Amino acid sequence: MSTTIAAEQLPATTLLRFATAGSVDDGKSTLVGRLLHDSKSVLADQLEAVERVSKSRGQQAPDLALLTDGLRAEREQGITIDVAYRYFATPKRRFILADTPGHVQYTRNMVTGASTAELTVILVDARNGVVEQTRRHAAIAALLRVPHVVLAVNKMDLVGYEEAVFAAIAEEFTEYASALGCREITAIPISALVGDNVVEPHAHMDWYDGPTVLEHLETVPVSDGLTDCQARFPVQYVIRAQTSEHPDYRGCAGQIATGTFRVGEAVTLLPSGRTTKIMGIDRLGEAVDVACAPQSVTLLLEDDIDVSRGDLIVPTADAPALTQDIEATVCHVADTSLTVGQRVLLKHATRVVKAIVREIPSRLTLEDLSDHLSPRLLRANDIGRVHVRTAEPLPIDAYADSPRTGSFLLIDPADGTTLTAGMAGTAFTAPAAQTVQGDEGWGF
Amino acid sequence: MSGVHSSPDVRVLGRDPHLDVLESEGVHIFREVAGEFERPVILFSGGKDSMVMLHLALKAFRPAPLPFGLLHVDTGHNFPEVLSFRDRVVKQHGVRLHVASVQEFIDRGELRERPDGTRNPLQTQPLLAAIETARYDAVFGGGRRDEEKARAKERVFSLRDQFGGWDPRRQRPELWQLYNGRHAPGEHVRVFPLSNWTELDVWQYIAREGIELPRIYFAHEREVFRRSGMWLTAGEWGGPKEGEPTEVRLVRYRTVGDMSCTGAVDSAATTLDAVIAEIAASRLTERGATRADDRLSEAAMEDRKRDGYF
Repeated sequence: MSTTIAAEQLPATTLLRFATAGSVDDGKSTLVGRLLHDSKSVLADQLEAVERVSKSRGQQAPDLALLTDGLRAEREQGITIDVAYRYFATPKRRFILADTPGHVQYTRNMVTGASTAELTVILVDARNGVVEQTRRHAAIAALLRVPHVVLAVNKMDLVGYEEAVFAAIAEEFTEYASALGCREITAIPISALVGDNVVEPHAHMDWYDGPTVLEHLETVPVSDGLTDCQARFPVQYVIRAQTSEHPDYRGCAGQIATGTFRVGEAVTLLPSGRTTKIMGIDRLGEAVDVACAPQSVTLLLEDDIDVSRGDLIVPTADAPALTQDIEATVCHVADTSLTVGQRVLLKHATRVVKAIVREIPSRLTLEDLSDHLSPRLLRANDIGRVHVRTAEPLPIDAYADSPRTGSFLLIDPADGTTLTAGMAGTAFTAPAAQTVQGDEGWGF
Repeated sequence: MSGVHSSPDVRVLGRDPHLDVLESEGVHIFREVAGEFERPVILFSGGKDSMVMLHLALKAFRPAPLPFGLLHVDTGHNFPEVLSFRDRVVKQHGVRLHVASVQEFIDRGELRERPDGTRNPLQTQPLLAAIETARYDAVFGGGRRDEEKARAKERVFSLRDQFGGWDPRRQRPELWQLYNGRHAPGEHVRVFPLSNWTELDVWQYIAREGIELPRIYFAHEREVFRRSGMWLTAGEWGGPKEGEPTEVRLVRYRTVGDMSCTGAVDSAATTLDAVIAEIAASRLTERGATRADDRLSEAAMEDRKRDGYF
């Protein structure tokens, strides 16, 4: 975008949210810096700042990794606070990148970044191939059901641009990630440092005829899964108005979580179970006949039935069962641990209910997918299975079927801290590989 | 809102799916806050980001009136055109506006003028006093993550302690669209519905929706002088000093803040189309081009956020 673009020439654009995973050693910061730089998304004043700091640290060339440098608080305290969001655009698409840094708190950060991502880029060093960390990243992508996975095999320049090296890594990874349930995997040989196959293709790898990283990001389908799922509408707020135009307006405001709703459709309100019909759909001031995820709309219901924040509106023909017993895979995100018997608040869609942690049957080691039985508690960055009993019945879906109504948070009732992020139902498409009795060692 | 600056071309362009996604996300955030908080308020300066916030909020609750009011921290050095625009918008939509005045704090001796004349850092105290007095528990701000690197890690729901301070380590992970707004009495939550918008998104949305803006966003002739590499407006706030000659130039503003530290850029863009084209081709960030306060140090924004700034 270095030349002047007239407003009318800017094409219609879609939005892709994606995440990156990998450590500094894999060249992740360099890849992100390269994507921003080569897509002309780094502006002159930002580049000047990078050049200034690089020079002051005695580096010859501008260190593109500095573009993703953290807060002073992080540098001073030696901590990684968490996910940084970056924005860039090409004429084809807008991108929101959840950049999940480093070693400390990696699981929590990756899970957070992956929760809203439609694609994740997992980096490996071509010299090392698939390592423990790669398997952990693949497991998180599978667990969070990120629709598209890119394996960027980096530092191809250091292995002589050998096709065989790339092919072996790509095959090993694809086999592993597919077994976990990753649906679409694309492997790309790159060198982030010199820029091969990041934005521009490179002559050294004429054996590779696939897309560059940016080409793939620009063309991968977006939001393809959301509208195919069963329809779910969490009520956020009830709008009431008495104006001359709307003498008795009462609408259920919310964002369609998944699926499609139509005027005339028979719907059920949960947890009450009352049924009614959709009389009208108001799309932010415009009456429409059909609306789909992720639109924010207001549903007007036929009967004057009781409805409030926290209710879930679903098609009568396709309603989820109510349950007070939730089995889920969770990622514990708080610094204090989660224990059996702990009283918590559970936030599901727009509803908050009291709950108790009844059981923590296992903790999962992401590197080898082994289960450690009865770990008693979960610490920060642990992934585990949890049974929760809620004070009221909830219409919770399996996360695999509907991410937005299959996910929940556990919250500390005392200080409001977000403790745990949960995904209802089974963890992976494929069963976990092995079970380790007892709980020897924490694996970190 | 009237569509005085929009044109048919831009309306077609504005059907971009990415704007629909960002709009739905922003509306969702406003409704979450209305559903979970007792006393929300929107920070409102009359600038482009706050006009987009107001527009989203009105859309989120229509046909009902906006269920909360607006709060403006007036530095006393605001552009007069923007203040009259602000008052007109408030009247047009029949919303409540609370003004917290930096000047009153200075007059009462509770704040002291800085030697450099800028009042931007002085806004924090009146802002926090207004939040405390009115017991606001959710305060909407127009901050965007693309603005500055301390903002790149900001949450949509950002927890502030009893002193309005931002502790990066107390911020909660935000997964999916599940926002956690729980807070202790005396604490509040800053909410950023435009977190995922870029400057270009804001302008394209303004064009699509026909949102009216103060005229100073469009090219006009103005008496300015050069300071720290920026064109500042000559005026009663204290500029120019001796040795800072003024001249009349064709300029516009990319951001609207305090006159003492908000710079104008040379521009001939008199229409929304021209502004969008200019931004799409710009080689400088919005803050880099126009904000003296962010140039103080590498962590200037981070420090102000910790103190309770916007």
